[in-house]
Amino acid sequence: MFSYPFDSSSIMLKKRSLKRELLKKEGLIEKRIAILSGTTIGEVKNILELFLLDSGIKPEFFEGEYGRYYEDLVFENTELREFEPDIIYIHTGIHNISNFPVAGSDEQTAKGLFLAEWNRFEEAISSAVAYGCPVVANNFEYPAVRVLGNRENYDVSGKVRFINELNLKLADFARLNEGLFINDINYLSALYGLEKWSDPTYYNSYKYGLNPDAIPLLCHSVSSIIKSIFGRNKKVLLLDLDNTLWGGVIGDDGVDGIELGIENPSGIAYSDLQRYAKELKGIGVLLGVVSKNEEGTAKSGFDHPSAILSADDFSVFIANWEDKASNIKRAAEILNLGSDSFVFADDNPAERELVEHSGLGVAVAKYTVPERFAENISRSGYFEATSMSEEDLIRAEMYSQNAMRESEKSRFSDYGEYLSSLEMKAGVGTFAERKQKRITQLINKTNQFNPTTRRYTEDEISEIEVDENYIKISARLEDKFGDNGIVCALIAKCRDKTATIELFVMSCRVFKRDLEKAVFDKLVETAVSKGIEAIEASYIRTPKNGFVETLYPDLGFLLFDESGEEKKYRYEIEKDYLKKNKHIEVMDE
Amino acid sequence: MNREKIFLTVNEIFREIFDDPELSVTDKTDANDIEDWDSLEQINLLVAMEKKFLIKFSVDDVENLQNVGETVDLIIRKIEEKGDEQL
Repeated sequence: MFSYPFDSSSIMLKKRSLKRELLKKEGLIEKRIAILSGTTIGEVKNILELFLLDSGIKPEFFEGEYGRYYEDLVFENTELREFEPDIIYIHTGIHNISNFPVAGSDEQTAKGLFLAEWNRFEEAISSAVAYGCPVVANNFEYPAVRVLGNRENYDVSGKVRFINELNLKLADFARLNEGLFINDINYLSALYGLEKWSDPTYYNSYKYGLNPDAIPLLCHSVSSIIKSIFGRNKKVLLLDLDNTLWGGVIGDDGVDGIELGIENPSGIAYSDLQRYAKELKGIGVLLGVVSKNEEGTAKSGFDHPSAILSADDFSVFIANWEDKASNIKRAAEILNLGSDSFVFADDNPAERELVEHSGLGVAVAKYTVPERFAENISRSGYFEATSMSEEDLIRAEMYSQNAMRESEKSRFSDYGEYLSSLEMKAGVGTFAERKQKRITQLINKTNQFNPTTRRYTEDEISEIEVDENYIKISARLEDKFGDNGIVCALIAKCRDKTATIELFVMSCRVFKRDLEKAVFDKLVETAVSKGIEAIEASYIRTPKNGFVETLYPDLGFLLFDESGEEKKYRYEIEKDYLKKNKHIEVMDE
Repeated sequence: MNREKIFLTVNEIFREIFDDPELSVTDKTDANDIEDWDSLEQINLLVAMEKKFLIKFSVDDVENLQNVGETVDLIIRKIEEKGDEQL
């Protein structure tokens, strides 16, 4: 229902029953979202709610006054401040431009008007950013009427040119402001068709900034940004091979017989999908293969002279004759990721159907024809890239190193011996500024090793770094196969003689390496230096964090309170505390 | 399509939008009779009808619609106008 291309009318028509169903989902995280109005927002709010629920986010909304986005943001707004938004969305568009030059105006007049206009939007957006939460702002769609015709594009008084300049200015502003994200309605209106998007009936009669039929497209875009900010992006693209990554059947046609490359019209479609997947890998999305084939035969397809992907590009490569649902489960084990972070792309409707109903929570990409597969996947917003950290850019490599570690493991009979053989070194420190982006990303993406599932914004992390009442620890782990980067973070609040762990997260890449012990040692060391005598922690069960159910008892904590899904633990620090970590060399950094 | 058939289809749209499979509207039903029928839902109803009957309401058409009966009459008029254009 909610993956691209979706049926707008059904979503609008059935919004109440859809909401009822979506509210039954487990593991929803609650977020407060303020929508500021340039034009009517009522239905935007209702439909945005559906898309957010579909992404696992349960929104609580604040609705700004109709048309008063500027006043609501720029002037002191107690209501908005007390709402404490997690996200501010500014729904504006071309109807909010009040200073368009009249056709034929001279350059100086046009420039003056442009500056006045830009200053107003910049003031509103900067005021939103000052709330300290991520801000999503629309850019601008093109005008419906062109007085000068094509000359609107380049004349100094042209309104098309005006919009282009405004959008570019906004884009530059977003690059400099990490908390600002552009919702590109200039692209969306082109995709949807400007003539329909700007249908004047809806603005003139109801003050809608766009055709209500396009509201699902708009809301899908906004929710893609929001879910990405809160770490709900998909992480893996699992691909079928025959008639998905190349035309034909490799087992029958052989590497010379498959269709790929620019020589024939259908080959281009498969090259396009390979190119798209290769670029996704470059920004940190993991690629996988699940194919019904012999493994050797399957891999030979990537020896085709026009192949853009190589067999090494895949972090997991499963080719056998078992059913795809079982193979997807195996892929999840190999990558140590939940299958609900997978997107499955397969041309075969029966396979899509099977995976859709497997209960694995895998997103199944819609398929129409080969030449539209890449665009359908890209428009679904699975991999919306709101941040690009260095970690994203080298992730695939780190997962391949993990595969090597797995093969090393089988050589040792004793697990401790294996851990020592890894020659691990941990770099431990607080939340220095250069680390804050990665730490925030780690906190918001981690669901398994996460006893409390608390989320933090980058601003909160930077506040905690300078707050003496908090103990904060981040850890980087390297071993003989390579550097995993920052993979662990802990936040504890000190009060009287007790430190309470509010957050303890670890990337699944380094599970079972005793890093939690090294970080706990560091926590005890820091706590003692602050005169702390006991540490408290809680475990709040979610559908995903069963992995750390016994984390605290295993570290020697005692249970002292239990209510509902929450267990509270306490650890009295011994005078002669013995370090728990024995396999990792720890360095301060 | 006769008035009765159009009326049934319109009733179906009301049921879906207000998520009430039991709902039955009459010519006289107006926004006072259905709790959730506010100005936003009025727009949604009209957009849904435009899509269902492949018609397009103008600003003037929708300005003074009082109840379901008037809306159904408007739909009939729009369908007829469209038919004329095709001839």
